[in-house]
Amino acid sequence: MTISTSTELICFLILSSVIVSGGLGVVLIENIVYSAFLLGGVFMSVAGLYLLLNASFVAAAQVLVYVGAVNVLILFAIMLVNKKEVMKPIKGLKLRKFFSGCVCAGLLALLFRVNIITNWATPGPQAIGEIATERIGEHLFTDYLLPFELASVLLLMAMIGAIVLARRDVISIELETTKSIQENIINNSTDNVLLNQSND
Amino acid sequence: MFTTLKIVFIAVVDTGLDLEISFNHLLQGIGLPSSIAHLLWLPLPMLLVLTASLIGVLVTVWLERKISAAAQQRIGPEYAGALGILQPVADGLKLLVKEDIIPKKADSLLFTLGPILVLIPVILSWLIVPFGQNLLISNVGIGIFLWIALSSIQPIGLLMSGYASNNKYSLLGGLRAAAQSISYEIPLALAVLAVVMMSNSLSTVDIVNQQNTAGLLSWNIFRQPVGFLIFWICALAECERLPFDLPEAEEELVAGYQTEYAGMKFALFYLGSYINLILSSLLVSVLYLGGWGFPIPIDLITHSLGQSPNAPVIQIIAATIGIIMTVFKTYLLVFLAILLRWTTPRVRIDQLLDLGWKFLLPISLVNLLFTAALKLAFPIAFGG
Repeated sequence: MTISTSTELICFLILSSVIVSGGLGVVLIENIVYSAFLLGGVFMSVAGLYLLLNASFVAAAQVLVYVGAVNVLILFAIMLVNKKEVMKPIKGLKLRKFFSGCVCAGLLALLFRVNIITNWATPGPQAIGEIATERIGEHLFTDYLLPFELASVLLLMAMIGAIVLARRDVISIELETTKSIQENIINNSTDNVLLNQSND
Repeated sequence: MFTTLKIVFIAVVDTGLDLEISFNHLLQGIGLPSSIAHLLWLPLPMLLVLTASLIGVLVTVWLERKISAAAQQRIGPEYAGALGILQPVADGLKLLVKEDIIPKKADSLLFTLGPILVLIPVILSWLIVPFGQNLLISNVGIGIFLWIALSSIQPIGLLMSGYASNNKYSLLGGLRAAAQSISYEIPLALAVLAVVMMSNSLSTVDIVNQQNTAGLLSWNIFRQPVGFLIFWICALAECERLPFDLPEAEEELVAGYQTEYAGMKFALFYLGSYINLILSSLLVSVLYLGGWGFPIPIDLITHSLGQSPNAPVIQIIAATIGIIMTVFKTYLLVFLAILLRWTTPRVRIDQLLDLGWKFLLPISLVNLLFTAALKLAFPIAFGG
């Protein structure tokens, strides 16, 4: 075994153990902030796996999109709405936990079965390494153009939806009032949005 | 067989100084196998770059103290060494020996992890900073994109330390830092994209080479003046320098996410912000000011002097000029950043977000479109 293959093996073992234990931590830890930070760790380790597979562009994109954007937004949301709230005790919580555990175990068993019966040894195409970036670009603008454009339309719709949801109170008020929009947001911030709606 | 072929190939293609090959030759001359020589080589450039960045921080801190003193008509540090040049060392030593305090109600694990997460991506980004054709740690293909990806990890560390401090000011500072760095990352990436479009490569070495065809005239700052301004503003915002130091605005937030930190953990934040400033200046000089390029192309000078560019002495002189040029351009930009810090007022948080989303983002999109159009219209001048 040469130095590079053994290094690769050690890296793979470390990364996959971090992914598995981090993933379990995300689900099982009660403190939601810890879960969010662990999720960031899991995303980073997945990026590491991409690096091991010689896909550096995908790894960097994974870090940029999942760690830099998705995870930061999750953390942002958690920290902005960090209200201490006494949860109502749910009936039959233990039974529910048991059933969801059963579903997860079933899925895991299915994945194991797929893992065992599939013949993984078929040689795929060679990893193209550094020119992968150009190849991804070519595909995005030729045979994957339609899915690419559809995804962008979907994102636009999501963005408009988010803006409408966030500014619902501004849209519903009459703009003839002399109050500026900013003022209205401040005044209405303590009101319950849903209550307002039912009054209208 | 393969390695000798590779060396011959590199020697034909590259004219610059390559220390790795010389080092490997030296060790193989002693009788070590090439794999061991490679292993022995690996830590050397990393250590060198780490040391260089730390010394860069010391110089920048000294400059900041001296220039701020000049801006406020004071003398500044004077007694520690000539012209107070040892003052940053004294500052560093003081931080090293201070007591490391973790507040009682803070989350000690996240509190410790936060500053580390802030510092590591910044240092890792030095991987792609070139000081010469072969004078960088690794010429990875995704180059500048790696820096953009790594710099997006930093807000997680800031949020972490803001949250773990269990302090309202810290949390607000951390949230502001994350909001600021998310909103300025987009125009920054779009400005970089315009440069990448012109040089047809993400690699920093290729970006510099493409600018050094005709010396000063071919630098990107003349082809991308708007992009240069956008990048510089966004870089200042990402470094949290005045006029964009909202996350640690003293008058509003005590010291933002750093409020509860002391000793070495505070020093990590301090180091991180200064290394980030130097890194941003380096990348501005790489992307827009021709990197290691001399205003007059080195090849032209050697030809007019009748020297071969492959002679060892010429190679060493060229590499030295390259390093000096990179550092000179970088410190020019650091000087500009320090002057800006001590002469401009701070913007408000809503002004900051408005500037990022409503002004810089559309402008950088227009800049990108314009660059694409110019590239199609004048492929000679804009890298067809």
